[in-house]
Amino acid sequence: MGVGITVEQLNAYYGKTQALFDINLNVLANHATALIGPSGCGKSTFIRCLNRMHETIPDARVEGKVRIGDLAVYNGTSATQLRRRVGMVFQKPNPFPTMSIYDNVAAGLKLNGFRNRKQLDEIVEKSLHSSALWDEVKDSLHKKSGASLSGGQQQRLCIARALSVQPEVLLMDEPCSALDPISTGKIEDLIFQLKEQYTIVIVTHNMQQAARVAEFTGFFLLGKMIEFDKTEKVFTNPSDKRTEDYVTGRFG
Amino acid sequence: MASRRKGLPEMTTTSTAIVIPPISLWRRIVDRAMTGVAVLTVILVLLPLGAIFAYLIYKGIGSINLAFLTQTPKPVGEPGGGMANAILGSATILAIASLMGVPLGIGAGIYLAEYGRNRYGDIVRFVSDVLNGVPSIVIGIVAYAIVVLRQKHFSALAGGVALAIMMVPTIARTTEQMLLLVPQAIREAAYGLGVSRWRTTLSITLRTATSGVITGVMLAFARVAGETAPLLFTAFGNQFWNWKLDQPTAALSLQIYTYALSPFDDWHRQAWAGSLVLIVLIVGAVSAVRIAVRRGTLAGA
Ligand SMILES: Nc1ncnc2c1ncn2[C@@H]1O[C@H](COP(=O)(O)OP(=O)(O)OP(=O)(O)O)[C@@H](O)[C@H]1O
Ligand SMILES: [Mg+2]
Repeated sequence: MGVGITVEQLNAYYGKTQALFDINLNVLANHATALIGPSGCGKSTFIRCLNRMHETIPDARVEGKVRIGDLAVYNGTSATQLRRRVGMVFQKPNPFPTMSIYDNVAAGLKLNGFRNRKQLDEIVEKSLHSSALWDEVKDSLHKKSGASLSGGQQQRLCIARALSVQPEVLLMDEPCSALDPISTGKIEDLIFQLKEQYTIVIVTHNMQQAARVAEFTGFFLLGKMIEFDKTEKVFTNPSDKRTEDYVTGRFG
Repeated sequence: MASRRKGLPEMTTTSTAIVIPPISLWRRIVDRAMTGVAVLTVILVLLPLGAIFAYLIYKGIGSINLAFLTQTPKPVGEPGGGMANAILGSATILAIASLMGVPLGIGAGIYLAEYGRNRYGDIVRFVSDVLNGVPSIVIGIVAYAIVVLRQKHFSALAGGVALAIMMVPTIARTTEQMLLLVPQAIREAAYGLGVSRWRTTLSITLRTATSGVITGVMLAFARVAGETAPLLFTAFGNQFWNWKLDQPTAALSLQIYTYALSPFDDWHRQAWAGSLVLIVLIVGAVSAVRIAVRRGTLAGA
């Protein structure tokens, strides 16, 4: 079951440069929330603050409060504990190149000490079904490496891998930016189904995509969140002039 | 529009057309010449290698027989005998060296790549590069001082320590380079699954870099396998079988050294045979590891 996310006064820095300014946000459980905005405005930085991936960069730093369900992200929760409950799909597919397809999906559980072979088999199959990849790889689960798949298949493999640890929140950073329209369609269908079980935050440059999959949309500009509202409202009747300029394509 | 485009429909109407000139004769000549030079340099590099190998076979193959591979050396002046004890000794010393040098080198490489992007790392890198440049005879003296003097006698262990010291810097620096080649995105994928940092390093990063790390290990192994100087006053050599790690031990390189400097024709022939055996064993060991690694690799990895 998904959980909600609350962000209060979030500031993020890379060394001395500040990348995010006073972000406040409420993400509803079991809904998809899209983040849009021009390149370099801080969408990736923001989403990486939610699972403490930001702090793996040297000199990077975060201030402010984030709650995910009952977890205080920056207060008393270990990063590894948190990340088991908050899955992430990255902009570029990043399967483990030397592992088989099966091992890629099972990696999260295996590396965290899960050993039950039979249950692993079931979870791998279920995760690959969820990411709409099962039929394409079921005959080569152990024979082929994750890196031997096509770009779109790799991305769906990465989604299966993220789902295998049964997170409550799924963060997706431009998951379709390297994919063809058919793969993109498959992943969008997937997001629709996943919403029933997970809370989804998705960064996208594709405004039609945001409109198709997300109930809520946030617009970022130069490290600030300019507007956050129902997707329909953001795209048809935004309250900020800058949002309107962006969604109507006048800049960005 | 140039005439080459005649058959094509007009693509641009307003902007000025870009005319791509045909590849000139001169450029084609240069291209051919460069390819020729490249092939030539490859041949120049491979030629000495082939020549050495051919000469070794020519001089050594005649003296390799069952006795050479199964017997110990005969006393001075008596013909026949073999280097079996030296083959065993070399294997023992190299096994000891690898058992100590490989884990230490890989560990140091992991530290440098994953945790050593700071001043301490720079110090370790500098020390390791200096160590790499220290003449092997000096490493032998060090092993003599720390092992032989303490144990009061020469031993396979002392020889192993000397060779291990020589292996560490090579393995450490290649491991570091190979780990740094693993994209950050792969590490982030593991972090994103809630895998801890040390576990990510061992099970993901190191595993991804395995084939490169093994190349480094094999390079270090092959380099020390033929070393003579650091064994002169550590393993010391032995004309008889020795199964004890704390006793003077024969080694192929030492045996070759002794025999080549001797005044006896039979020993000269045996030195050639010993060299051939040494080279074959090194090539064999390196290939065996490579094949074993390839077996465990997946299609497309
Ligand atoms: N590793 C880093 N070190 C220093 N500055 C960084 C780093 N990563 C991002 N930044 C800076 O932080 C700001 C926000 O970057 P971010 O990657 O969050 O943008 P984005 O909205 O995801 O852009 P895009 O749509 O192109 O992915 C940019 O100005 C960028 O230059
Ligand atoms: Mg981004």
